[in-house]
Amino acid sequence: MIKSLKAAIVLFILLSVLTGVIYPAVVTGLAQLLFSQQANGSLINDSSGKVTGSRLIGQSFSSPGHFWGRPSATGPFPNNAGASSGSNLGPTNPALIEAVKTRIQALKDADPDNKAPIPVDLITSSGSGLDPHISPAAAEYQINRVAKAHNVKPEMIRALIDANIEDRQWGFIGEPRVNVLTLNLALDALH
Amino acid sequence: MTSNSYFQIIVYIVTLLALAKPLGWYMARVYEGESVGLNRLLAPLEALLYRLSGVNPKEEMRWTDYTFSFLIFNLLGVLAVFALQRLQAYLPFNPQSLPGVSSDSAFNTAVSFATNTNWQGYSGEVTMSYLTQMLGLTVQNFVSAAAGMATLVALIRGFTRRNADTIGNFWVDLTRSTLYILMPLSLILALVLVGQGVVQTFSPYRSVPLIETVSYEQPKLGTDGLALQDAAGKPIMESVEAKEQIIAVGPAASQIAIKQLGTNGGGFFNVNSAHPLENPTPLSNFLEMLSILLIPGALCYTFGMMVGDTRQGWAILAAMTLIFVALIFVEVPAEQSGNPALASLSVDQSATVSQSGGNMEGKETRFGITNSALWAIVTTAASNGSVNAMHDSFTPIGGMIPMWLMQLGEVIFGGVGSGLYGMIMFAIVAVFVSGLMIGRTPEYLGKKIEAYEMKMAAITILIPPLVVLGGTALAVMIDVGKASVFNPGAHGFSEVLYAFSSAGNNNGSAFGGLSANTPFYNSLLGLAMLFSRYWLAIPVLAIAGSLASKKIVPVGLGTLPTHTPLFVALLIGTVLMVGALTFVPALALGPVVEHLQMIGAK
Repeated sequence: MIKSLKAAIVLFILLSVLTGVIYPAVVTGLAQLLFSQQANGSLINDSSGKVTGSRLIGQSFSSPGHFWGRPSATGPFPNNAGASSGSNLGPTNPALIEAVKTRIQALKDADPDNKAPIPVDLITSSGSGLDPHISPAAAEYQINRVAKAHNVKPEMIRALIDANIEDRQWGFIGEPRVNVLTLNLALDALH
Repeated sequence: MTSNSYFQIIVYIVTLLALAKPLGWYMARVYEGESVGLNRLLAPLEALLYRLSGVNPKEEMRWTDYTFSFLIFNLLGVLAVFALQRLQAYLPFNPQSLPGVSSDSAFNTAVSFATNTNWQGYSGEVTMSYLTQMLGLTVQNFVSAAAGMATLVALIRGFTRRNADTIGNFWVDLTRSTLYILMPLSLILALVLVGQGVVQTFSPYRSVPLIETVSYEQPKLGTDGLALQDAAGKPIMESVEAKEQIIAVGPAASQIAIKQLGTNGGGFFNVNSAHPLENPTPLSNFLEMLSILLIPGALCYTFGMMVGDTRQGWAILAAMTLIFVALIFVEVPAEQSGNPALASLSVDQSATVSQSGGNMEGKETRFGITNSALWAIVTTAASNGSVNAMHDSFTPIGGMIPMWLMQLGEVIFGGVGSGLYGMIMFAIVAVFVSGLMIGRTPEYLGKKIEAYEMKMAAITILIPPLVVLGGTALAVMIDVGKASVFNPGAHGFSEVLYAFSSAGNNNGSAFGGLSANTPFYNSLLGLAMLFSRYWLAIPVLAIAGSLASKKIVPVGLGTLPTHTPLFVALLIGTVLMVGALTFVPALALGPVVEHLQMIGAK
């Protein structure tokens, strides 16, 4: 009994050091050595070297001249990368339907001529509240509004989208998507 | 479902099954103490651990000693994780200066991680210091998984030994599981995940300027720090502008790798594997999903090898896979069909080449419907419980299937070790039932199954439903239980039923709307996790001890072969009958009612 108590305590401490100190330290060391960009949050720098965001963290956009991303349910403001959260609204919750109606209205107000059905990912909140992507369909839907705001031809905007589409990984894993932040940075670079 | 959807699912299943044999073979060699490729590197370290802790690796334990060691080691884990959380404010590696965790939440999380449940009552990035995440949670991710594997190996020895009174050495099984299996796999997976974009750093959270300023309303605070109220008692709101965002980072990859491989599931961040810094790409998603079922699947082959007949392992793997695949093809279409309430709002929910469509509330664009729904099945088949989409926002049927998979007892792959020993309990019941039919004493793998084994097996099968249904009934009857419910109507009942199904089967996933971080839920769910883990593990070890002491019965004319399609069907039937009969009434009150309401609404 005493012997197994000693074994339990000593082995617990040793395994804790091994898996809770040495293992994460080794992974951190190798990660910083091999993949320092990714290990530190995939941050994007502008031409002057200033950090403008993370490639993997969606930001909130609501001006007509930018592409809008997935709605976000984080608090106290959308896309708060310090406190990730989904909406957790159930499919039959009236609050979900109300939220969707408000988002549809905002999109229609910003682009009254657009009568196309709205891609579902553009009016439903993402799981993390930080989704950096929208579907190519959701980007397509916003072309006219963005083109008008920038006073350029829609084809030009479409070409920008095409340049920012990430295909399924290895051709078949996941879904095709557009990174909203890099797309908007490319838009801003037009001027 | 699109053809790409089918293709992704098939690639996943084929990869998983293809890895079962090589990894299963490797693990069998590890447990039989034979030399494996890593010996040269790890054997000296292993010997050092034994020497320092005074363990004689050659010394065998009776089942009672084995169980005592298992329990005392788990108790130490609970105490350590509890202490780390309470004291983290005074300890290093806390760059965000997070305060100590409340005692009820700390109890819940300590139990949750020591029992391999990894129910996440807390929100990682705003609660846990880096030290707690590493020295508390990551350690338990390793050793709780290893303890489950050790229990399984002890049970297998019960079948293979004859007239023996010992079932192995717990310290050796624990150490070898950690050193030779979990650590090498985690190291590789963690580095690949970092390559995909998972963060791994000790630096504090990053502050980054936003491109567009975000304005929002928040309650105005007085000089005393309390919210100011107007004459009508409503809080006075003020407009605030956010020009910067804080990006939470940390040593995430090292923890996520073992979180998946050890079927743990507690996330580094609040939204778990939906977080782009925890699961950034479709490839990281595929690998994380593969690691969830990798070891539970391969252990079936290990089992077959150790009992000297690999067909026995394949038969069990076949039973698991058949149920698993059938449920995938219920789950994915349920989510792909979308939400009828949005159909009348000029929303496009169809699957096309440029969008995944379907029920996208709570899902991430990069995963779409297929990978979110597939993940939900994978994580609840295994007792993993990590999520890459919010299950609370799934369609009623899409939420019911994961819930039911947990209620089946976490035996469809299940947790590392615990899933297979749970399934072997069902196999014992299955041979017993068929033994009754033909009037012979049932036997399994050459061992007679008698009254003692049946009593123990019955306990393991009856305890989880008792905990799940009893806990749910209690919570929905009293006010503190009902106050935490978020969604109205039948869905609210589903939230509570899901929580107890998860804790009562050591899964850990949640319908996240339920505010479970309250003293009531933290305590009750904590107790549920304790009951379900140990009232399964202890009877299993008791069976191991009893079986080891028996002689081996030669195969005769009346022996039911347990590697045939007939037995696979019998085993599936046993699992489904117990699961269906026990839980269908409760499911009818939650997801089934909600589904009817949803399709009936006009």
